[in-house]
Amino acid sequence: MKYVIIGNSAAAVGCVEGIRSVDREGEITVVSREGHHTYSRPLISYLLLGKTDREKMKYRPDSFYSDNGVRFLPGRAAVEIDPAGKTVTLDDGACLPYDKLLVATGSHPFVPPIEGLDGVENRCTFSSLDDALALEALLTPQTRVLILGAGLIGLKCAEGIAARVASVSVVDMAGRVLPSILDETAAALVQKQIEKHGVRFFLSRSVERFCGGTAVLTDKTQQDFDVLVVAVGVRPNVELVQKAGGAVGRGVTVDERCATTLPDIYAAGDCTESLDITTGERKVLALLPGAYMQGEAAGVNMAGGEKLYDRAIPMNAIGFFGYHMITAGSYDGEEYVVQKGADYKKLVTGDGVLKGYLLLGSVERAGIYTALIRNRTPLASVDFDLIKEKPQLMAFSKTERLRQLGSRR
Amino acid sequence: MKRIYVNEKWCLGCHLCEYYCAFANSGKDDMVKALKNITIHPRIRIEEKNAVSFAVSCRHCTEPLCVKSCITGALKAVDGVIEIDQGKCVGCYTCILACPYGAVSPSPDGVIQKCELCVQRGGSPACVTGCPNQAIVFEER
Ligand SMILES: Cc1cc2nc3c(=O)[nH]c(=O)nc-3n(C[C@H](O)[C@H](O)[C@H](O)COP(=O)(O)OP(=O)(O)OC[C@H]3O[C@@H](n4cnc5c(N)ncnc54)[C@H](O)[C@@H]3O)c2cc1C
Repeated sequence: MKYVIIGNSAAAVGCVEGIRSVDREGEITVVSREGHHTYSRPLISYLLLGKTDREKMKYRPDSFYSDNGVRFLPGRAAVEIDPAGKTVTLDDGACLPYDKLLVATGSHPFVPPIEGLDGVENRCTFSSLDDALALEALLTPQTRVLILGAGLIGLKCAEGIAARVASVSVVDMAGRVLPSILDETAAALVQKQIEKHGVRFFLSRSVERFCGGTAVLTDKTQQDFDVLVVAVGVRPNVELVQKAGGAVGRGVTVDERCATTLPDIYAAGDCTESLDITTGERKVLALLPGAYMQGEAAGVNMAGGEKLYDRAIPMNAIGFFGYHMITAGSYDGEEYVVQKGADYKKLVTGDGVLKGYLLLGSVERAGIYTALIRNRTPLASVDFDLIKEKPQLMAFSKTERLRQLGSRR
Repeated sequence: MKRIYVNEKWCLGCHLCEYYCAFANSGKDDMVKALKNITIHPRIRIEEKNAVSFAVSCRHCTEPLCVKSCITGALKAVDGVIEIDQGKCVGCYTCILACPYGAVSPSPDGVIQKCELCVQRGGSPACVTGCPNQAIVFEER
């Protein structure tokens, strides 16, 4: 059996490990546009912060490819898939035959068209190790940095560089930080924490145009900067599948076995759209845990096993300057909210199950909440008052607890 | 593989498992010196309410959600034991988001700590040998 994997990040690694859990023999080839050993993408901000290094940020040990009998082709890009002939063509003209193919191409930063953007001399995105290294090379204690986007990537970048530069300003069209995962109360708390570290926010406005090192905002105020980081969002890399004739919605369309609509071609990770079980909507859930697990399921299925990836939910664990937040699911439903200083908790229920939650500050044991969402546990079967108080196994029945703590999991 | 199992019927709620755990992971050889006047951060925790109490620690799952979710690769299964490489962990707490048992926790320095079945120590885990009522056992199931 010949397996080809396009991509070399969380979904690709999950796929290699999934294949090898079933098939020790088949030939696996990994094609990676990035020339690096597989690394943890979220750690690029920690690298700038000095909390990790190039060695520690490797997602798997140096021996990963040889341990798993993988032929690794770093620095090579796939340019075309021929689903009829079952081959992948690379940028150097090489042609790789496959029996089963995984597309794990991830996403790329979206750069919006803004007048004068091309004239900005020091401009970066923040999505890869090379991005982080390029940004780092531009930083001095005198540098003024302007970040476009107060989402996860923009704020992680701000945290990573705040102590190393003269100033960091963040501009976002949304009226609050992390609008996709936080409500207004939580966003205000997080913003305050980040502001304590010198980061300034310019929310509810965007950049109208750039004149060299000056950004003119939509409220006509001006921001001077030396380095611009564009972090307004990412778009799934769907072109290879699309050109080959596979179905694409917001991301590559896949079923619960991670198969695309093309025969023997699978897809996983940030390039796909998945079904969010808390809302029933198909969306791109750009998350590392999901990418790994979807890749793993794809690998098992490619190797002839059976594994479904059918319990996707949005979820995030993230912290800024030591202030942690964990969120999961969706927020449409009945709310239960408690706030004590910097500790904030919101639980959302509907249809007799937990739909979503948001924890800020104290996040201990949050996974007990996540499991209630993923398993769609009927709240009638647990002591919900105890669940509201804190995540605890005491809220479950004795029988369920015996299953959890007294048997093999 | 042997794992830790809990029999809540026998749990006295004495918290000795927490102390033995903290001692076993303190790197010290004197229990008094290791624990006196110190807030302990054990990797096993008692939940208690009214007459019910039980200990919770890592289940060493065969499909470990924490390992699959770990964004750095710091969590891994080594011969079935879920281990944490604290040097690699950056304390993002994605494993806390993922663990259905609430069995991983931040250590005092921010990175994750968890039960590793006292593999370094060898033999039965300290919480098991220290439990006066066999409410925590180490067996093949
Ligand atoms: C700064 C930052 C912080 C983040 N923080 C978090 C976090 O805290 N928690 C979290 O869950 N997620 C986080 N994420 C998101 C997380 O990194 C992604 O969800 C995850 O990396 C997705 O993995 P993937 O394998 O699907 O794709 P990617 O990691 O995007 O990898 C895709 C790979 O495919 C390669 N590729 C693409 N096209 C081709 C081609 N044609 N030929 C060959 N190779 C190709 C690319 O070069 C890339 O290496 C963060 C992301 C960023 C940028």
